[in-house]
Amino acid sequence: MNAPAQKIPATDTTDTLLEIRDLEKRFSLTGDFLEQLKFKGGKLVRHQEHVHAINGVSLDIRRGEALCVVGESGCGKSTVARTVMGLLSPSAGEIRYDGTRIDNMSTRQLLSYRRRMQMIFQNPYASLNPRMTIQQTLEEPVRLHHPDWNRQQVVDQVERVMASVGIDPDWGKRFGHEFSGGQRQRIAIARALAVDPEFIVADEPISALDVSIQAQVLNLLTDAQQERGLTYLFITHDLAVVEHFGTRVAVMYLGTVCEVAETATLFANPRHPYTQALLSAIPRLDDDGPDHIRLDGEVPTPVNLPTGCVFHGRCPYANQRCREEVPTLQTLNDGVRVACHAVEEGRLPG
Amino acid sequence: MSQPTPETQESAVPALPGRWERFLDSYLLYSFKRDVIAQLSLLVFIALVAIAVFAPWLAPMNPYDLAQIDILASELPPFWIDGSDPAYWLGTDAQGRDMLSTILYGARVSLVIGFGAVALQAILGVSFGLMAGYLGGRVDAFLMRLADIQLSFSTLMVAIIVGALVKAVFGGAAFSTYAVPLLVIIIGLAEWPQYARTVRASVLAEKSKEYVDAARVMGLRSRRIMFRHVLPNTLSPIFVISTVQIANAIISEAALSFLGLGMPETHPSLGSLIKAGFDYIQSGSWWITLIPGAVLVVLVLSINLLGDWLRDVMNPRLYKG
Repeated sequence: MNAPAQKIPATDTTDTLLEIRDLEKRFSLTGDFLEQLKFKGGKLVRHQEHVHAINGVSLDIRRGEALCVVGESGCGKSTVARTVMGLLSPSAGEIRYDGTRIDNMSTRQLLSYRRRMQMIFQNPYASLNPRMTIQQTLEEPVRLHHPDWNRQQVVDQVERVMASVGIDPDWGKRFGHEFSGGQRQRIAIARALAVDPEFIVADEPISALDVSIQAQVLNLLTDAQQERGLTYLFITHDLAVVEHFGTRVAVMYLGTVCEVAETATLFANPRHPYTQALLSAIPRLDDDGPDHIRLDGEVPTPVNLPTGCVFHGRCPYANQRCREEVPTLQTLNDGVRVACHAVEEGRLPG
Repeated sequence: MSQPTPETQESAVPALPGRWERFLDSYLLYSFKRDVIAQLSLLVFIALVAIAVFAPWLAPMNPYDLAQIDILASELPPFWIDGSDPAYWLGTDAQGRDMLSTILYGARVSLVIGFGAVALQAILGVSFGLMAGYLGGRVDAFLMRLADIQLSFSTLMVAIIVGALVKAVFGGAAFSTYAVPLLVIIIGLAEWPQYARTVRASVLAEKSKEYVDAARVMGLRSRRIMFRHVLPNTLSPIFVISTVQIANAIISEAALSFLGLGMPETHPSLGSLIKAGFDYIQSGSWWITLIPGAVLVVLVLSINLLGDWLRDVMNPRLYKG
């Protein structure tokens, strides 16, 4: 997709930090060219199969907000995060950072953006290099992005960032395996903050942690946001975290965004049938379970996507149009964006 | 869910031990202390390496110095057999060279070729394996098919062809002069796929870990990620395979020398000593071939036993011989 940038309808571009437009990512299941050749009916044909991890995701992330992306396992949340950070290259679509298209840049061109956007990973047990000390781990990004700094400046910066995430500078000589999960995640956050970024992609940063530690790390992320004016793209499957942390929420299902709304609005008044089912599944203390919306069947395979709305097979309100036409995100009068024919037509009860 | 202060968190981490204390405390040392076979083989290996290194000072005579060789004293038996000369402990060979000195010098040549060839294999195999595993795609396909092709020829076949070609083109004299570097290159080139495959397998395992993603997100270049982040984490299988490969290289060199394509008799390795003595075994001078043979077996066995122990200790999962 090296075509000249299309004109994107300007919607508050002033405070939009990251724009994702019609992003698609497919993974091939059938290997390289030779493995795709198959004999069928006496003829040699090329047979390709893809996992459609994300299909036309469009999102805007505004400066200073925490946009939470929620959805069940396999809905493409992490793929969105990894594509935004350039760990995966998109199959189609564009990603713009501060107005500049970054999805087709080379490693060298991206370097100046790496300093502005960083990532926190899910598994703190795998995200620290086991053969490097904490000091080495934290110095590496600083040295890379400030090649003109002298030794003392680097050490000072590392010390500053260690203090800001509440880890003792004496830990520097130790290795990652000497720490607990929560301590490691602090170190990983320190590594992301070491280059003073303005935008952080957090891919389920607390789901591998103990519940008591989750709150600490979440508070740390909130504090960092307030002190540094950070913008977050926060991937999670934990709705309680979303309610606590998110400014806005994007709900994903099978590689598409079905609803984007302010956190309070979404929790008070979910519009999309999938969001309604998802929110009704949150366990409550006074819960006897009668109000859960039970969806029939299972999530369809992302290899053969359903036609029309990806949710139509499980949606109680689906009609012929839903089976044929892919819904697009429509902005409602209170700013909520929903991709649902039934909402658009006012067919939903209530 | 109160947030503990750094002080309380720090107390959860034990005091930092130094490098030496950490080694003393390591599982490696613990398992070594409990394994008699490993201790014995390390002892034998170190002893053999030491006498090979210090051969010029230990050996009673210099087998390369023609002035010291007395042809009249040829085929003398070792000291425990009648008719031996007390000056020659292990007897003499057909040219009157002292067997003990020749074996010491021969072990030296064998070890130099073994380590040299393994160093070459490791450099080629580790870089190719790293590139194939980390870069993937076409680079991977190309390098691994190359390795498959290389592996489909046996080491000896490649070595025999190259050796014979060099001998034919440059003549036997040139071959004798450059025999050591030639053998290092031949054996080194023939066996690099062993390293490349092992390294590639562990790189593939490491590459999917998030610290590699973190390094990429940081903006590091591929080469730095490969050598600084991935390579240090694939060292244990490299270490393990090296022991096996040193033993293999020494055996390959001995086999080539036995076939007459290795070290010349004027500058013998253990293999060419065995070959030289083989012609006299029928005439009753068995020691010329059997004693260097026994030394070769002990050397290779001690390295293999050490390698077995290392494999069990260091990385039972990653290593696939």
